[in-house]
Amino acid sequence: MSKEEKKVNRRDFLFTASYTIGAVGLGAVVWPLVDQMNPDKAQQALATTEVDISQVEPGNSITVLWRGKPVFLKRRTQEEISEARAVSLTDLPDPQKDEERVKEGKDEWLVMLGVCTHLGCVPLKDKGDFNGWFCPCHGSHYDVSGRIRKGPAPKNMEIPKFEFVDSNTIKIG
Amino acid sequence: MKKFKFKILILSFFLLLTSIVPSLGAGSGGDLLKVDWSFKGLTGKFDRASLQRGFQVYKEVCSSCHSMQYLSYRNLGESGGPEFSEQEVKAIAASIEIEDGPDSQGEMFTRPGRPADKFKSPYPNVNASIAANGGAYPPDMSVLVKARPGGSNYIYSVLMGYEEPPAGMILDEGVYYNKYMIGNKIKMSSPLSEDIVEYTDGTQATIDQMAKDVTTFLTWAAEPELEERHRTGVKVIIYLILLTTLVYLSMKKIWSRVDTEV
Amino acid sequence: MSDHEYKPKSKLGKWFNDRLPLLTLGAHLTDYPTPKNLNYWWTFGGILTFCLLTQIITGIVLAMHYVAHADLAFASVEHIMRDVNYGWLIRYIHSNGASMFFLAVYIHIFRSLFYGSYKSPREVIWIIGLMIYLLMMAAAFMGYVLPWGQMSFWGATVITNLFSAIPLVGDSITTWLWGAYSVDNPTLNRFFSLHYLIPFLILGLVVLHIWALHVPGNNNPVGIDIKKPSKDTVPFHPYITIKDAFALLMFMIIFAGFVFFSPNVLGHSDNYIPANPLVTPAHIVPEWYLLPFYAILRSVPDKLGGVILMFGAIFILFVLPWLDTSKVRSAVFRPIYRQFYWIFVLDVLMLGYMGAMPAEGIYLVLARVGTIYYFLHFIVVLPVVGLLEKTDPIPMSISEPVLTGGADPSLARKDNEKI
Repeated sequence: MSKEEKKVNRRDFLFTASYTIGAVGLGAVVWPLVDQMNPDKAQQALATTEVDISQVEPGNSITVLWRGKPVFLKRRTQEEISEARAVSLTDLPDPQKDEERVKEGKDEWLVMLGVCTHLGCVPLKDKGDFNGWFCPCHGSHYDVSGRIRKGPAPKNMEIPKFEFVDSNTIKIG
Repeated sequence: MKKFKFKILILSFFLLLTSIVPSLGAGSGGDLLKVDWSFKGLTGKFDRASLQRGFQVYKEVCSSCHSMQYLSYRNLGESGGPEFSEQEVKAIAASIEIEDGPDSQGEMFTRPGRPADKFKSPYPNVNASIAANGGAYPPDMSVLVKARPGGSNYIYSVLMGYEEPPAGMILDEGVYYNKYMIGNKIKMSSPLSEDIVEYTDGTQATIDQMAKDVTTFLTWAAEPELEERHRTGVKVIIYLILLTTLVYLSMKKIWSRVDTEV
Repeated sequence: MSDHEYKPKSKLGKWFNDRLPLLTLGAHLTDYPTPKNLNYWWTFGGILTFCLLTQIITGIVLAMHYVAHADLAFASVEHIMRDVNYGWLIRYIHSNGASMFFLAVYIHIFRSLFYGSYKSPREVIWIIGLMIYLLMMAAAFMGYVLPWGQMSFWGATVITNLFSAIPLVGDSITTWLWGAYSVDNPTLNRFFSLHYLIPFLILGLVVLHIWALHVPGNNNPVGIDIKKPSKDTVPFHPYITIKDAFALLMFMIIFAGFVFFSPNVLGHSDNYIPANPLVTPAHIVPEWYLLPFYAILRSVPDKLGGVILMFGAIFILFVLPWLDTSKVRSAVFRPIYRQFYWIFVLDVLMLGYMGAMPAEGIYLVLARVGTIYYFLHFIVVLPVVGLLEKTDPIPMSISEPVLTGGADPSLARKDNEKI
């Protein structure tokens, strides 16, 4: 029945226009329903955090929570820095120079996500065979630059976006 | 035509409804003072300068007793509001001390406020607030404008409505007469007086000016989405009218086949 | 549903359809013969389906952010309004959507009352419809409690307290409903659970409602039985789909008007005050769509009597098909019933208005008059008018009055002929 009618009545511009405009509206309706699941404004406001590093002695580190994850801020001694820079890149499963992981002029400060790149556990500080961190979950060893040296983790611990607001404050994110 | 008569009937009933319904909530405070607010109407917007002045009034006059717990300092910089600059927002936040913690020793500590923090309340909890204010709770102002029949006009009227009580009315200690307050009695003395605030933009701080500014600010605080809501609403209604027209014409075209078939 | 000879076009379609005849169902719905004389009062079924889906979708999304705990509920709603992306929009659509849902359902019900859509053989459709309406009221009532404002809390207190009027077991039932010794956190939690559940029960009933409808087919403004398919019917698609779309769009314009420009006008300002068990609002009122029943409840001085009458006002609708004795379906041909119909409409509107007023003075008097008349309409007017009324001549077919240029009495159905 209606099939023949369709053959007789060509798909008019009117019908096409209606469908198209309707589809546009439908799309516009879908977007808020999807976007509401994105991080809300309160989450976005917590997207950056400022850390006071004035109390940290060389050789020590602190851990802060940023976006729900731990961030290690380690103030390395000159010895530790030299040790990190002496490592040959061929020894590294994820080759990366120590210089690339710190800010110029602020080499003391290693700021990295304290999350093992294997399956997400939090590595323990001052442990392991490489004078850095050791992840107890599956035995990954990280060195004093937070780079993976031994074990199942594929990548070095991630360096987030950060900057020095002043010499006593680091802003992460 | 008959079909449309009914639709028009319903539409007009509805419009009638929406015009009576608001007045159904009117309090015993008598007819309210009405202001031609810039944010009323289909395309209403907030007066940016008035919002900033209103915030100043809130901060300097009201915030010592009235909390605003659902607002964050960063809201002051977001679009559609007072739109303070990022530095100004940081400064406003940093001017108050926020309790945070516990630290690694288990102790609570205070630190300067940050934009992400919620507005600091003058009292730690409602009971403390009631105890400090003669047994009356100074309501939180986050949604106060929506929580009173008459909304912005009500808040403005109450601020302007302090008068001598009518002859014969005895008022208890700490109770004041207000022409527009529901019940006519209020436990807050007139909060605004000439020049109680020195506006940073140099505007003369008359009671009327401060009442308008702080009411505008409170309206934004209760409905920060107002401008976006109006903007989107205009677009949606125009779109719907367009689509309705197209669909109506399509409908006429399709149904034209029926009458010819008979 | 009639057996279909629909044959899917593709091989995959045939394979699937043989195992689950969704394509046959689709064809049935598309070709479904619908009376061609349906007026706009018939578009509200489609509009209601839209409303139900809107509430479900916005509701599920809101539930991703809402916290059903007495200490956090109010704050979580403010979080939705202020921080969640488009949270204000989704919340206002949901709250105003509830009002639009009820506006549509009342129009839909009053259409049925006018055109006799509840009469044989459509009694079960009508009864399922009432069950849907009851569930809607339960869902709306519980939904209103969730923001945990003053009206949420005190409305819940008043209505749940009604159950204590039941003799012997009343208090136990009320405590059981509360999960505590007053409306409190346990009450809020379980209301949230049930509020999420009920719309899906409604969805199931809607399927049954439409299925039951498709057996006899739609009623129509003239109220006569028609052959399907015939020159009196059109296939549902595209004729009815496009008409429903047009009506829906008009409805959406009104909906958008509320959401974007007056989102709180149908609500009560007291619900923006956080719930306080120590302070009772001056006037406790439910949302507008429950006002007529609220008026009936309060017109009886006795608590149990009020409860009985309030529920009675809904339950009497269940037996309406048997109370209305008229052999003529549509009020178009029932001049006496038509008058009483409009009086009934006014009565319900008046009860609604009284429900918003304090239950004293002239308001209470009018509420009582309205309540008595409400029951009189069903128990006295309908049976008597149905029996005694001289109805107008009814046409033989839908097309006939159009073709012959008017109602020709000689072409009219005889009184003893079946409708």
